[in-house]
Amino acid sequence: MTAITHHISDDLLDAHVTGNLPHAFSVVVAAHLSLCDACRARAEAAEMLGGALLDRLTPTALRDDAQERLLAALDGPAPPAPIAGSGIFPAPVMQALGGQPPKWRMLGGGIRQQILLADRAGSLRLLYIPPGRAVPEHSHGGLELTLVLQGSFSDSEGRFGVGDVETAGDETDHQPMAGTDGPCICLAATDAPLRFRAMIPRLLQPLFRI
Amino acid sequence: MMPDDRSNQDVIAPPRTGGVARPAGKESGILHDDQASPSQATLWLIAVRDARDRAAFLQLFDHFGPRLKAMLIRGGLRDGSAEDVVQDVMLAVWHKAAQFDPHRAEASAWIYRIARNRRIDLARRKPPPEPDPLAEPEGAEPDAPQILALGQEASLLRRALAALSPDQARVLEQAYFEDLPHSRISEMTGLPLGTIKSRIRLGLERLRRDLKDLRQP
Repeated sequence: MTAITHHISDDLLDAHVTGNLPHAFSVVVAAHLSLCDACRARAEAAEMLGGALLDRLTPTALRDDAQERLLAALDGPAPPAPIAGSGIFPAPVMQALGGQPPKWRMLGGGIRQQILLADRAGSLRLLYIPPGRAVPEHSHGGLELTLVLQGSFSDSEGRFGVGDVETAGDETDHQPMAGTDGPCICLAATDAPLRFRAMIPRLLQPLFRI
Repeated sequence: MMPDDRSNQDVIAPPRTGGVARPAGKESGILHDDQASPSQATLWLIAVRDARDRAAFLQLFDHFGPRLKAMLIRGGLRDGSAEDVVQDVMLAVWHKAAQFDPHRAEASAWIYRIARNRRIDLARRKPPPEPDPLAEPEGAEPDAPQILALGQEASLLRRALAALSPDQARVLEQAYFEDLPHSRISEMTGLPLGTIKSRIRLGLERLRRDLKDLRQP
């Protein structure tokens, strides 16, 4: 596995750490943190700041019975551990998959996807791109984060291998192409529907939900 | 809102409990006595983790419970809900203590993260994603110098925080405690979004520079 060269920006990392990033993006960031020690260290440094801010807050008195109530609860059952990572999928992806392997749906041209989340705030999906195939050229109404989980892809922004994240904004017009060494599997989050330039007519987009 | 140094003293140096050694800072010439590390709260959390020490847990509760409540009320919860969430968070501290790694976090940062996750969980009715835990190698001994160094960095972070302007500190508190998209921060303060963003960045950059200077003497 080659070294990770495309990381999470400071802005996105801060938004993630402070709980201000929409869920779909947070899953991509958390999955990247599972793979990238450098960004995990940055995130934990930012959490230190959260801890320091918490520590210097002026205390607000708790109810008189708060301690008693807490002690009474200590011997209750521990909550189940969060779903763990499996294979190429880090824990946050397995959590989004509900602990099950992906159920791919064919998109045409050998490209497959599974939608993990789609609501007004954005969407999260897994994409499977056969070796050497390109995802249709598209542009964005907003932000798209794409994390490579297996294989690689390349576009006008460079080459992205396992653990790399591409951050694409409004201005990005790109056509990611999977490397020829094997299928590329990636996790992609958007905060707006993609607009395709070619190959998939606009009318079909609701069908593909991409 | 910036508590003055005096009212803040118990935050920096919470009372000690018997039986938990508090190592003295080696550079006591440079660092004040409130800079000794690791923090007392971290030692309490280690005692909870390793010995399921209920007395240490209650010390953590006495220290963080009222601060968590303050944080949650800042985040928009009513008194009763904040009280319930403090219970949830402290219970999670008890159950998840095995995951606490003092090489990578102080107790306050680790508890902040649990509280943030609980807040997200409640707001979205969906647990936030959690990265895979990093496992210590089997039989690894604690690396005391690393733990001490982290505590010293945290002390410098606190000092850097105290040196921020009240405006900068307020923006950081809003970002960390209040579930506000940036556009709403802008509405509340009447400051344009660009200013808010640059202030958050300035605050963090300054904090980071301070930490970096420490690491590269």
